Amino acid sequence: MSIATPSAVGRSAPARPAPRPSAARARRVAGRVLASVVALVVAALWAFPVYWMVLSAFTPTARLRVTPPSFWPESPTTSNFSGAVTGTNFGSALKMSLAVTGLTVVAVLLFAFLAALAISRFRFRGRTAFVITVLVVQMLPAEGLFIAQYKMLATAGMLNTVVGVSLFYVAAIVPFTVWMLRGFVAGVPADLEEAAMIDGLSRSQAFFRITLPLLAPGLVAAGVYAFLQAWNEFTVALVALPAESAQTLPLWLRGFLAASANRGVDWGEVMAASTLIAIPVIVFFVLVQNRMTSGLVSGAVKG
Amino acid sequence: MSTMTETRAPARTGAEPRRGRRPRLPYLLLIPAVAVLLLGMGYPVYWQVITSLQQYGLAQQFGQPPEFVGLTNYSAILTDGYFWTVALRSVVFCLVNAFVTVAIGVGVALLMRAVPTVVRIILQVGLLVAWAMPLVAAVTVWKWLFDWRTGVVNWLLTQLGASGFDGHNWLAQPLSFFLVATVIIVWMSVPFVALSVYAALTQVPDEVLEAATIDGAGPTKIFRWIIVPMIRPVLSIVLLLQIIWDLRVFAQIRLLQDSGAPVRETNLLGNYIYELGIGRQDFASAAAVSILVLALTIAVSWPYVRSLLAEDRS
Repeated sequence: MSIATPSAVGRSAPARPAPRPSAARARRVAGRVLASVVALVVAALWAFPVYWMVLSAFTPTARLRVTPPSFWPESPTTSNFSGAVTGTNFGSALKMSLAVTGLTVVAVLLFAFLAALAISRFRFRGRTAFVITVLVVQMLPAEGLFIAQYKMLATAGMLNTVVGVSLFYVAAIVPFTVWMLRGFVAGVPADLEEAAMIDGLSRSQAFFRITLPLLAPGLVAAGVYAFLQAWNEFTVALVALPAESAQTLPLWLRGFLAASANRGVDWGEVMAASTLIAIPVIVFFVLVQNRMTSGLVSGAVKG
Repeated sequence: MSTMTETRAPARTGAEPRRGRRPRLPYLLLIPAVAVLLLGMGYPVYWQVITSLQQYGLAQQFGQPPEFVGLTNYSAILTDGYFWTVALRSVVFCLVNAFVTVAIGVGVALLMRAVPTVVRIILQVGLLVAWAMPLVAAVTVWKWLFDWRTGVVNWLLTQLGASGFDGHNWLAQPLSFFLVATVIIVWMSVPFVALSVYAALTQVPDEVLEAATIDGAGPTKIFRWIIVPMIRPVLSIVLLLQIIWDLRVFAQIRLLQDSGAPVRETNLLGNYIYELGIGRQDFASAAAVSILVLALTIAVSWPYVRSLLAEDRS
């Protein structure tokens, strides 16, 4: 950092005819160093809870119960993880999460992709109405709907089922993914497909050989987005999956903490459980975040 | 899958231009999405509208047909002092969180611009890691940090010489409960704001800023009169999104309440609906509050929806 600072200032210095170059220059260097220090502190503050989670997960619980806390690994252990995994219902919660997330991702990708094709490749009566619906629906909070959703599943006898909770996940996630994929589909010119058809491919061949591969990055981004939403979801799961045996991982983690609280929380095991849930998410998230940010504010950037 | 084959069929029939001659195809493509939205969103909204106009209590749970009561449920709620307490609390909480988040986010974005690339990347990684944390795991970690017995926060404050934090229970008092909730929500939301605003800042040309410096403008003036106007579209959308998202805070509060917080004094609107519906099985009142929340959300989100719609038209 100290190497980068002077060279960066040096590059821009000739453009600035300051009256006393040396003083101005010193001030700029000082400002940059100060900003770097503040930036590193901010980075540490934001990363610390995640670091603390992983560190605590590997620390023996007895060590976590005494002060001062240790901020570096000390006699790391994996026993917290075995404690978490062998705790009640971890296996069934993992299975449930995988089933719900899998079904949701597949359904979201298929439904949203077809809808995105429709609105980006065709002008038709009702298109604007559909777009407005999609935009409004993606704003509706789960908290404003979950009582009705609970009632609906209860009436249909579908509480605690994968299909029941997935239906609401798909409905909640499809709008934003339609919007996201719309951009990708519009980015692949229809002319390309038509050119391939002139070269002798059929309509479907052109679609599968030309358009679909070009859309792959968009589909991956949308799929990861759907994965993150379904994997992390808590609110709808709370009402739709009341039975302990039907819990997804976020509900399981909450129950694990509550159970642990009865005998003075075993934070080592709880942090191991949190780490298990968080790590796949962090990996996927870092892969896809660029796409998601630009999706949310792209209109404004182009503004 | 059946929809796939249906939609492929007309497409394969020929090479005629896709616009105009085949008006059925786009509707077929929309069927699955529309169906799932109607079932998963449309029906619940419809059910809530109907239920909020009916008497729907325990008697109806046991099979008595619900009775149409007009706007009685709404007037009961709107004259209930507790509803207004919760609504006001939610709005204040939402605005405080949204503005604090955006203020810190803009500060961090400016910081990213001011530091060398290596430092900026470290900062971005720190933000991304925090942003990526699943909600329940994040709240759990923060509960551990704020744990009254062995939490790092109490230990640190005591080390720094603040008295009374040894064994201090943050979640027992409404005010410090909401302080913890705010810390969690700001921590979770700043990365999105900072990275979006930073992306907008990179669009501000260096020459403009240099010209302003040569003309004698200080950092404050440059920020107020050059940077803010240039990034205003992103700023307003980010602020609006924060307001929309912070208005629907439910899970963080619910999870923090698990640790023995006073529920009645810490409920926000979502938690109130949950308590009414799931807790007391008073579906009519829960539906009426839900409709009010939905209406409020749509009203607040409308500018965002309009800006996206404008993007679609262009």
